[in-house]
Amino acid sequence: MSSAAQRILPLSLAEVCFGAGGRAILDRVSFELEAGPATIILGANGAGKSVLMRLMHGLIRPSSGAIRWSDADPERLRRKQAMVFQRPVMLRRSALANITYALGQARVPRSEREALAFEALESVGLPHLAHRPARVLSGGEQQRLALARAWALHPEVLLLDEPTASLDPAATREIETVIKAFDAAGTKIVMATHNLGQARRLGDEVIFLHAGRVIERAPIDRFFAQPAAAEAAAFIKGELPWK
Amino acid sequence: MGSLPEALYGAASLIASGDATLVGIILLSLGVSLSAVVFATVLGLPLGAAIAVGRFAGRKATVVLLNALMGLPPVVVGLVVYLLLSRAGPLGSLGLLFTPPAMVIAQTILILPIIAALCRQAVEDAWIEYEEQLRSLGVAGTRAALTLVWEIRFSLLTAVLAGLGRASAEVGAVMIVGGNIDGVTRVMTTTIALETSKGDLPLALSLGIVLITLVIALNAAAYWVKEAAQRRYG
Repeated sequence: MSSAAQRILPLSLAEVCFGAGGRAILDRVSFELEAGPATIILGANGAGKSVLMRLMHGLIRPSSGAIRWSDADPERLRRKQAMVFQRPVMLRRSALANITYALGQARVPRSEREALAFEALESVGLPHLAHRPARVLSGGEQQRLALARAWALHPEVLLLDEPTASLDPAATREIETVIKAFDAAGTKIVMATHNLGQARRLGDEVIFLHAGRVIERAPIDRFFAQPAAAEAAAFIKGELPWK
Repeated sequence: MGSLPEALYGAASLIASGDATLVGIILLSLGVSLSAVVFATVLGLPLGAAIAVGRFAGRKATVVLLNALMGLPPVVVGLVVYLLLSRAGPLGSLGLLFTPPAMVIAQTILILPIIAALCRQAVEDAWIEYEEQLRSLGVAGTRAALTLVWEIRFSLLTAVLAGLGRASAEVGAVMIVGGNIDGVTRVMTTTIALETSKGDLPLALSLGIVLITLVIALNAAAYWVKEAAQRRYG
């Protein structure tokens, strides 16, 4: 296989622990992620979802345990996985320039950047805002721009950390539409959320996190119909009225 | 002579007449201080940014030292530059003592820590907001520092202005290395000091008024630029 075609999935986590300030945030987390199904990391606030996403993305290191992508080359790893945060951080330049900046960082030749960036903006429905300063866009538009920036290189894996947590319902729907399209295009979606409705709408399988531990992993329908773990059942019950 | 109304009247007529000596002094002052600001900005912004995002041994001590240097006494800077540039000093052969370039050098040294320290603080604050996103995009080191400086370019105007304020207001350093030579190295502050001691209050006061007006005008302009830019770019 050529290096460009080399895949970074599957990703395996083995006995991953993460602690900060003497408190265990993640406790012996082990699972494997394969290409294909959209994986939802589900759990309450404080369950350790964000830390888990950051560990997988490589922003932080585990206190113990191992996180292994099938391709260890740091350059390819960076190009083939992208992350979208709960609050997008946009640079003080145009929407388009925010994407070309990221492409430049990924060593895409200058002549190709703008076309790729435009294509990414189109995929999130924002081509008409290409030349607007990114920071004056609405919250929903900024998050779609963040998705476009992450998508511009067509990563193999897209990590999403509660991407709609600070958005209103209309903006949330738009973001979900974009995520579905990326999923359909073959990108592996790994999304952290505490929103059950969103998990159902976007996910194929659930990894349920509770107090830093993986309690259950199941296909989405089975998880909601018959959660095996008591904590999962309680979470579904507690959450439903406000979904 | 000596009463305030009289001095004010004299100052007003001097300014209104566009007196050649007065204009020459003002232009030299602006030339020296603005040159110093340009040099200190070109050196200070990268330096401050590098310290902000850099992780090296002795970083904390460097930050403390840099902050302390913001309060450098101008006369001490003047003295050190004087010793360096004096005929017997290591740079004496350049023949710069008592020339405007010597004043630019002294003021650059004086305000470099101010611009660098304020930039360091601003970049460090921005780094908190941008760090995860930039690291996620694979941006680190020099590229991250330059990106952050560009991101906060409008806030950094304040740092540059602080430098300009300090440079245009100080008297000790330019007095020592410039020598306050009439028509050559006489700037607003040194003239004010000299004329006050000689009793020529109208000239001193008119320069004081011009100096304050200039500083206010520059700050107003910078404030306006920053406001407009923030409305435009968010």
